Amino acid sequence: MMRLARIGFVLKKHKALYLLMLPGILYYLIFKYAPMYGIIIAFQDYSVGRGILGSKFVGLKHFIEFFYVTPDAWKLIRNTVMLNVYDLLFHFPTPIVLAILFHELKGKWFKRVVQNISYLPHFLSTVVIAGILVTFLSPTTGVINHLLVKAFGIEPIMFLGLPEWFRTLYVGSEIWQKAGWGTILYLAAIAGIDPMLYEAAKIDGANRLQQIRHITFVGMVPVMIILFVLTLGNFMEASFEKILLIYNSMNYETSDVINTFVYRRGILDADFSFATAVGLFQSAIGFVLVVAANRIVRKYSATSLW
Amino acid sequence: MNKQASIASRLFDALNVIFMILLMIVMIYPMVYVFSASISNNALVASGAVLLWPKDIKLIAYEQLLNNPDLWRSYWNTIRYTSLHTVLTLIATSAMAYPLAKRWLPGRRLILMMAAFTLLFSGGMIPTFIIVQQLGLLNTIWAIVLPSLISTWHLFIMRTFFEALPEELEDAAAIDGCGSMQILLRIVLPLSMPVLATVGLFTAVNQWNAFFNALIYLNDRDMYPLQIMLRNILIAGTNVQGEGDLTHLETLKYAMIIIGTLPILCVYPFVQKYFVQGTMIGGIKG
Repeated sequence: MMRLARIGFVLKKHKALYLLMLPGILYYLIFKYAPMYGIIIAFQDYSVGRGILGSKFVGLKHFIEFFYVTPDAWKLIRNTVMLNVYDLLFHFPTPIVLAILFHELKGKWFKRVVQNISYLPHFLSTVVIAGILVTFLSPTTGVINHLLVKAFGIEPIMFLGLPEWFRTLYVGSEIWQKAGWGTILYLAAIAGIDPMLYEAAKIDGANRLQQIRHITFVGMVPVMIILFVLTLGNFMEASFEKILLIYNSMNYETSDVINTFVYRRGILDADFSFATAVGLFQSAIGFVLVVAANRIVRKYSATSLW
Repeated sequence: MNKQASIASRLFDALNVIFMILLMIVMIYPMVYVFSASISNNALVASGAVLLWPKDIKLIAYEQLLNNPDLWRSYWNTIRYTSLHTVLTLIATSAMAYPLAKRWLPGRRLILMMAAFTLLFSGGMIPTFIIVQQLGLLNTIWAIVLPSLISTWHLFIMRTFFEALPEELEDAAAIDGCGSMQILLRIVLPLSMPVLATVGLFTAVNQWNAFFNALIYLNDRDMYPLQIMLRNILIAGTNVQGEGDLTHLETLKYAMIIIGTLPILCVYPFVQKYFVQGTMIGGIKG
């Protein structure tokens, strides 16, 4: 009773401030927390007519169906993991290397031009990137094949029709679009390094490579840790929208991921409960990964996400 | 020893410059090619005669697209969605970030935690779709604007900015009898133009480029934004010229890319510093 009265008093005292937050809080409740509640339908046979409260509870039926009955389950999990592992191996380190190279450039004007050009693809839409991939890689009219045929005299390659090319194309276009923009945080970290450190290293006879390794690189480590944990948080997501645009039935073998499957079963086939169960499996793994990564990072270094 | 080191160092510089030039070529070539192909003769593009510079310049692809009512409608839709989204996002985000910047406000931590948790876990595609459907928002502009109204990153960027503003200014205004609302409108927001510009531009570019929400929430052709139109032409291979007419198929695709990207390319040089700034504020907060 006392507690309620106190809450009432506080609310009244700062009424204007709480009112200002109200639209935002409602947004989070309706569009973020209500869907979390909606996850219940993964354990039901949800039908639109009966709603969440009236639908029949079926326990783990949909999970069992996914893992034991769906022939593609293993393939979907493998593709999701592989695309993200490739991304982590090849895309994650590029901005680090690129930021060091940018930093080592001498001409101020040249440096600025290169940086700004490398940022640009970040602003192209996913549809445009996917469109460029699809048109450039076309075996009959695409410029990549025209160039290959002219330069090496080989037969045109049907890039998007061959499963073995998909991971390369996916990660390659990720790097092309995002590596330049990804340098910004690293460059900010480098800018924060005390110039005295470089002076001292020079006096001690450190060469360029040693300076890069022991000063520049070390100065970037906190940013790397944060970005690594964040990347793991999105680990299962991949750039799902891009995959949805460039994949096709010919390259499903390597391109079909959990999210694209959820989209087809949930949105296109309206199989809501089953698709939610598969989606939940994915977000649960993502959640566990980011929490675990943060815990490990917090144990061994001063930097962590929370 | 010293001389050797300086030779190695110069070699490193030279290689670095060469690498950067290659990098710029790789970055720019696709964009130059798209532009060249969009103004060239369709047959020369399809057969591979156009590799860098335009050949047999023709603007027919642009003429055809500009005469297409669907394109104009989708352009208009994108402008509508983008402006409404940006305005509402700025209002809702700043209104929520301002109280959250007051360290003494009871309940502040709880609300911050509530927002931060959504970065780690979400209900997922289907439950969100069901909520939007149940609210009766399908096929309306609200299905595009509301589900992504507030970005938690942007909320945190704004809160960090507000926290750094000198409290004395607000105290002075409070003594003069201004309420919280007036302080926010008359003192805090005018001082926060850099962060408002950053968040506004991020939101606008994201919405301009977005296609997935439109794909799942809209099925009325008249509501399609530009990106859906782009997708249909570029990827699904929908013909915009009417049945069986394939004479400009290739150039049309490239012209469509240019038309869809031009506004962003035009404003980019003027606004890129805000983007860089915003990313750094957000990053430092981490």
